[in-house]
Amino acid sequence: MNPALIPEGAHPLATTVARLVWLLPLLPLLGFLINGTLAMLGAAKIGPADPSADNGHGHGEAHGHGDAHAHADHGHDDHGHPPRHKFAKIVSLVGPGVLVAAFGLAVAIFAAMRGVDMEHPYVLTLFSWMPVGDLNLNATILLDPLSMVMVMVITGVGMLIHIFSVGYMQDDPGYPRYFAYLNLFVFFMLILVLGGSYPLLFVGWEGVGLCSYLLIGFWFSEKANADAGKKAFIVNRIGDFGFLVAMFLMFANLGTLDILGVAEKAAELPMGGVIATAIALFLFVGCTGKSAQIPLYVWLPDAMAGPTPVSALIHAATMVTAGVYLVARASGIFSMAPVAQLTVAAVGAATAFFAATIGLKQWDIKKVLAYSTVSQLGYMFIGVGVGAYVAGVFHLVTHAFFKALLFLGSGSVIYVMHAAYHATHNHDDAQDMRNMGGMKTYMPITFYLMWTATLAIAGIPLFSGFFSKDEILASVFARAHHSTLAEASLLGIPGSTLLMIVYGLGLASALLTAIYMTRMMLYTFHGPNRTGEAERPHLKEAPWIMTGPLVVLAILAAFGGWLNVPALLDAIGPVGGLEHFLEPVVGANALRTTLGEAPHLSHSTEYVLVGTAILIAVVGITFAVLRLKPAALVAKKDSPAATGFDRVLENKYFVDEGYDAAIVQPTVNVSRAVLWKGFDAGIIDGLFVNGSALLARAFGWMGSQLQTGQVGTYAWVLLIGVITLLGAFTFR
Amino acid sequence: MQPNQFHSLAYSFGFYFFGLIALASAVAFVTRKNTVAAAMWLVNVMFALAALYVMLDAQFIATMQVLVYTGAIMVVFLFVIMLLNLGHPSELADARGKWGYVLALFVGLALLAEVMALNRSSTIDKMIPPDLAAKAAAAAATPVAGGIIGPVAAPLFKEYLLAFELTSVLLLAAIVGSVVLGKRRTDAR
Amino acid sequence: MLVEALALSALLFTIGVIGVLTRRNAIMIFMCVELMLNAVNLSFVALSKLYGAAGQVFVVFTMTVAAAEAAVGLAIIIAIFRHQRTVNLQNINLLKG
Repeated sequence: MNPALIPEGAHPLATTVARLVWLLPLLPLLGFLINGTLAMLGAAKIGPADPSADNGHGHGEAHGHGDAHAHADHGHDDHGHPPRHKFAKIVSLVGPGVLVAAFGLAVAIFAAMRGVDMEHPYVLTLFSWMPVGDLNLNATILLDPLSMVMVMVITGVGMLIHIFSVGYMQDDPGYPRYFAYLNLFVFFMLILVLGGSYPLLFVGWEGVGLCSYLLIGFWFSEKANADAGKKAFIVNRIGDFGFLVAMFLMFANLGTLDILGVAEKAAELPMGGVIATAIALFLFVGCTGKSAQIPLYVWLPDAMAGPTPVSALIHAATMVTAGVYLVARASGIFSMAPVAQLTVAAVGAATAFFAATIGLKQWDIKKVLAYSTVSQLGYMFIGVGVGAYVAGVFHLVTHAFFKALLFLGSGSVIYVMHAAYHATHNHDDAQDMRNMGGMKTYMPITFYLMWTATLAIAGIPLFSGFFSKDEILASVFARAHHSTLAEASLLGIPGSTLLMIVYGLGLASALLTAIYMTRMMLYTFHGPNRTGEAERPHLKEAPWIMTGPLVVLAILAAFGGWLNVPALLDAIGPVGGLEHFLEPVVGANALRTTLGEAPHLSHSTEYVLVGTAILIAVVGITFAVLRLKPAALVAKKDSPAATGFDRVLENKYFVDEGYDAAIVQPTVNVSRAVLWKGFDAGIIDGLFVNGSALLARAFGWMGSQLQTGQVGTYAWVLLIGVITLLGAFTFR
Repeated sequence: MQPNQFHSLAYSFGFYFFGLIALASAVAFVTRKNTVAAAMWLVNVMFALAALYVMLDAQFIATMQVLVYTGAIMVVFLFVIMLLNLGHPSELADARGKWGYVLALFVGLALLAEVMALNRSSTIDKMIPPDLAAKAAAAAATPVAGGIIGPVAAPLFKEYLLAFELTSVLLLAAIVGSVVLGKRRTDAR
Repeated sequence: MLVEALALSALLFTIGVIGVLTRRNAIMIFMCVELMLNAVNLSFVALSKLYGAAGQVFVVFTMTVAAAEAAVGLAIIIAIFRHQRTVNLQNINLLKG
């Protein structure tokens, strides 16, 4: 990549529709303003009405279906309680509408980009943002293939999820608020990927964190949801501290915060030097927060408290991948710091494996997907960590497809389960897989779509996940033998050994992924139905506004792999589409890691690797199918408590409890004893507030002692003053 | 400073004579224990000063000095002294201790030294802006029509008219204030 | 004679100051203040001989203020005397902090 800027107007994109790129984030912002205004205008009663939460509120469709059970308070036409928001129609148009427009614009820009030579990134300077001393920051938009890919994913998948949300959320009393937040999220996400400088990127980074917080705690009247939002927010702030430090280091050592400028300056740093390593590691601290890596992953499973489309959009497809994007974006720095790269890869591998094991024993369908997301994010970090930026971003894209599909599919299931429970006034857990079972007879479309995604994530050949996951693993294997990473070492472990461990963990995680995903499908869709006699008649397919986006996502999940066909399979399509597309952005940096030559594996090795991957996927699925007996399951309320290692897994290795004991409680205690009792009550209140009052009183007392009430004293004092002043005049 | 205009010996003699009377009377005034006697000595100072005013060509002011100060203000003082019956020896123990006197004398001398230093003609010349000095000298050199009151009345009712009117307000306030203060409280509040 | 007049003014003023500092009788102090005012008036008149009639105008003002001051001040002294049966300032410290 040549980061040298060419003038704005001279860029080939300047004459195309791409000059409207600033409109891209503005469209969702417009939607946010409209929906936010409507939300405030129609400030209806706000309360929990999550179909995925056990709170007894319900959905129109459920009532329509439940006429036979005519309840006294449920009218015939049914959108009874709670009433649909009075602005629901406008919101249903505006909310997804701005995303459709943004996606259309993104496609147009993409088409324009395909038509020109993208050797140089297109930088559009909007206005001068922070001219302070040495720091002269402009608000710039950086449009290059990498941000284009992200924009396509965000607007495309975002659009589908917005449409799905119309079906999922339209009976919620906070419907306009929901879409306002969702639009605001897309706005910030686009700022994140289009920002031309690290501070602007950080604005988006914080903005999506804010929206994530708002949407996790969307049904904030339930304390657990509000707490989950706070947890996400606080854990993310820990990561953001790392990002900030990285920016300070950049400015202090490189003198610029511009993305292209930093990349240019980073290339002049010594290979593996302290500065590059420190910046990269601190950036990665930020990534562990945002992208839920060890040790800051704990917020993501809790984030499932939000509405399911939010989980799909923010906590699976887009926001959590921001860390991956950041590493790819800062590849110029990372490729100069092999130690940091090894750290990224190692943390990614550990997270991938660790989260996958937890996923094995979760009963909440969304929790399974949440840990699966953490695990897959670990894969992406393995990819970008070993310098295979294209592979990482590729997995990001395919993961956005199949994980959004999985989440939305689970959302459909939850929606239907909830509607059924609501119709029968049952207060069971609509998200627990032990309460589901046999859904394939009731929801055939969702069933097939979900299996598509499952095969994709498990890595069955020709589904999208197979290509991306295999490319990551192959990259790791290749770099373990010939790269800067293999020559470096982390904590005394030689890079080549470490990368082989990473590779092994990656394979193991792939096996576990296949198992837990199959387990989820078996328990949800296969076997006998465990909902109960009363609920069974209410189970039916979700409306088309929800299944429609699923179908599109399923197509993408199935064929997304064609975006970047490996050379090995050149028979099935053009090879390396994404690779070529992203080459101007990350190509040079990737080559730096691989010592200047493209990673090369012999065909036989590649066949072995691919074969292993396929074998593992098949073994995993087969093992799950043979081993797990959905028929033996009983509903949640009848299930015995887990014992032994199962219990450890079900409780997520007690990490939350450990954090609570090791960090949260000591923090609370220290805060209470030192900060509150000691510092606030003692120093602030005691010393500063009361102390200054005491000081004022002491001075007042001293002054009052001067006021003897004796005129004679006053005369003396006055005269001494006069003599002093006159003296000053006389003897000056 | 202009050449000395006070040349005649008789003039000088008169000046020193009244000056010494003023000084001696002042010392006597300040050292009297009896308030009435002190007041009488102060009247004496004021008469002597009135004489000096005449010698300094301020006949109007001299008249005012006799009429207002000695005639009105000092009479009021004496009146109050008599009213409060302050001539009693019990009221006379008003002096401070010996050290008080010494200190007061010391401070007074310091003040005197400073004022004297400032009074040196060179210092005065330095302190008065040259343009004002020139203007004033020109005004003093040209004889003004209107006798002895005219030179005072002209600026009083022209340049200083506002201040003059304000003093009338001040006097009004003083009248009201003294009436209120002097009024005996009839209600037992 | 200007220098002599100013010197006399300074002397009278100092005597007044010493009187204020050493006496405790309110009326005596008051009269000392009057002496100080007179001393200043002498300065004004002496300087007006050289610098124009404005000095004499100021003397008029000073006298007016002195008269007002005497009226109010004596009224205050009478009011105090009514309460305290004394005009000895050592016994009067209502303003003590």
